[in-house]
Amino acid sequence: MSVVMDTARFQRRKYLNIMVLCLSVLMTMFGLFWLVWLLWTLFSQGLPYVNSTLFFKATPPPGGTGGLANGIVGSLVLTVTGVLIGAPTGVLAGTYLSEFSRKSKIAPVIRFVNDILLSAPSIIIGVFVYEIVVVPMGHFSGWAGALALAMIALPVIVRTTEDMLRLVPDNMREAAAALGAPRWKVTTAIIYRAARSGILTGVLLAVARISGETAPLLFTALNNQFWSSSLNQPMANLPVVIFQFAMSPYDDWQHLAWAGALLITLAVLGLNIVARIILKTPKMRK
Amino acid sequence: MLLNVNTDGAGGRCSVAGGDVIAEDKRIASRAEDEQVKMSIRDLNFHYGRFHALHDISMDIRLNRVTAFIGPSGCGKSTLIRCFNRIYELYPGQRATGRILLDGRNILDNRENLNLLRATVGMVFQKPTPFPMSIYDNIAFGISLYERLSRAEMNERVEWALQKAAIWDEVKDILQQSGTALSGGQQQRLCIARAIAIKPEVLLMDEPASALDPLSTLKVEDLVEELKSDYTIVVVTHNMQQAARISDYTAFMYLGELIEFGDTASLFTNPLKQQTEDYITGRFG
Ligand SMILES: Nc1ncnc2c1ncn2[C@@H]1O[C@H](COP(=O)(O)OP(=O)(O)OP(=O)(O)O)[C@@H](O)[C@H]1O
Ligand SMILES: [Mg+2]
Repeated sequence: MSVVMDTARFQRRKYLNIMVLCLSVLMTMFGLFWLVWLLWTLFSQGLPYVNSTLFFKATPPPGGTGGLANGIVGSLVLTVTGVLIGAPTGVLAGTYLSEFSRKSKIAPVIRFVNDILLSAPSIIIGVFVYEIVVVPMGHFSGWAGALALAMIALPVIVRTTEDMLRLVPDNMREAAAALGAPRWKVTTAIIYRAARSGILTGVLLAVARISGETAPLLFTALNNQFWSSSLNQPMANLPVVIFQFAMSPYDDWQHLAWAGALLITLAVLGLNIVARIILKTPKMRK
Repeated sequence: MLLNVNTDGAGGRCSVAGGDVIAEDKRIASRAEDEQVKMSIRDLNFHYGRFHALHDISMDIRLNRVTAFIGPSGCGKSTLIRCFNRIYELYPGQRATGRILLDGRNILDNRENLNLLRATVGMVFQKPTPFPMSIYDNIAFGISLYERLSRAEMNERVEWALQKAAIWDEVKDILQQSGTALSGGQQQRLCIARAIAIKPEVLLMDEPASALDPLSTLKVEDLVEELKSDYTIVVVTHNMQQAARISDYTAFMYLGELIEFGDTASLFTNPLKQQTEDYITGRFG
C-alpha cells in the first residue's frame, strides 16, 4: 500500500490553486476599486468645504453663508437618544434570549422576528413610526426620529448581545452557580463582565448603523432650518440635510452636502475603528 | 478465588448491584456505628433527555472522609457528582429521580433552595474556570453572596482560602491582577480556594488534577488530605494511584451502574467483582 506520487494530479492541483488565488485577488481588487473611488470623490468634493463655519453656523438660506451646526447637533441628539432607548432594551432582550429562555418555546419565535426586523428596510420603520407617533402628535418631532432610530438599532443590539453572551462558555455559568450565586447574579456579575467588550462593540456598531440613516428620519424628525434643541419639534439632522441640499440646484448647498457626507463617513469610520480596538484589547484590566 | 471472600468481612465492604437492597443493608450495618453518614443516595436514576445515564445508584458518603469515584470514561462519574449539588438543573432535559439525603434532608425535593444547596455543597471542576476579575475578587465573589464581612474580615478570609489551597505564596503580591492571567495549575488552585472560601460542608471535585503537572497534582492531593478534617470530600479521578493515596472509600462505576463500593484499601487489594479487579489491574476490555 505504498503511496505513488500522482504527478499529473499534483500538477493539476497546483494550477488550480494558482488560478483560484488569482481570481480571488482580482475580485478583491474589484471591490476595493469602487470603495477607493467613492472615498476619493467624497474627500476631493467634501474636504475643501470642511472649515470652522461648518461646525458653528446653522444651515443657510440659498445664497447665504452658513454651516451644518444645527444638523450636526441634531444628529448627535437623535442618535444618542435613539441609543439610550434602544441599547438597554436590546441588551436586556439579548440577555433574555441567551440566559433565561433555555427552556422556553417562544425564544426561537422572538429570535426569528428579531431577524426579520434586522433586515426590514428602514423606510418601513420610518413609515411605521410616522403612523404611530407623528400622526397622533400632529407634527414631525425629534422624539419620533429618535424612536425610529432606536427601532433600527434594537435588532442589531439584540443579536450581538445574544451572540456575545453565548460565546461565554457554560463552564463559567456552572462555576458561578456552583458557589450558590442566583441566576441574575451570575448574569450581571460574571457573564456580562466576560462579554462586556463584545456587547459594547455591538452597541457601537448599531450607532454607526443609525448615524447614516436617512429614510426613517424623513418621515419622523424631518428637518429644521433653524436651531432647535427641543425633541418635541422637527429636528435638523445631517442625513436629511444632505438629502435636501444635494438635490437642490444651489452650488453652496451642494458643497455643504458633500462636506456633511464626509463628516458622517468619518464618524462611522471612527466608530468602527473604536469598536475594533475595544474587541481586540484584552478583556481584563484592573 | 474472589467469590469466596466474605462480604461482611472486617473491611466492611460489599458489592452493590443496582437496587440490591439486602447487600446494601449489610454494608450499612457493617460501618454505620463508627462512621457518620453525611449524604446518602437512594435509588438514584439520571436522564439526559431520553438517555438513561445512571441506574439505581444507592450509596452512603461518610462525614469528613474522602470518597473517590473511579471507572472508565463515560461511566457516569461526573453525572453522579453533578447530582449532589443539582448543577445539572442549568440545562433543560436533564433530570434526576430518587433520593439524595443530605443530613437526612432530601435535596432532590422540588422545594429545595438550589442556591443554598450549592453554597453547602461546593464544587471544583475539571477545567479551571477563573472569573474575569481580579484574583482577590474571584475569592471574594462567592463569600459576599452569603456573608456580610468587613474589609478586614474579608481580607483575612481571602488569605485563609488562598493559604489552604496552597497558592497564597504565589499570588499574595498580585491579588489585584486578573485571575485569568495565572497558569493552568494556579488557576485550578484558585478555583479550589474559591470553593472552600465559602466554607461548604461537602466539596465535590471532578478530576481536579487532570490538567495539572505532577507537582501541582501533589499539592492538590496534599490539600485534599488536609481539608478532610473539615469537609466531606467526593473526588472523581482517572488516576488509580491517586484514588488509592487520597481516598478512604472508593466507588467503582461502569456503564451508569455502581459496581462496587467499599473502603479503599480492601477495594484495591481485594476487589469483590471481576469487573472491578479487571479495571484496577488494567485488564479492562
Ligand atoms: N450533556 C449530555 N447530554 C447527553 N448525554 C450526556 C451528557 N453528558 C454526558 N452524557 C452521557 O452520559 C454518560 C456519562 O457521562 P459522564 O460525563 O458522567 O461520564 P464520566 O464517567 O464522567 O466520564 P469521564 O471520565 O470521561 O469524565 C456518557 O455516556 C455520556 O455520553
Ligand atoms: Mg467526567
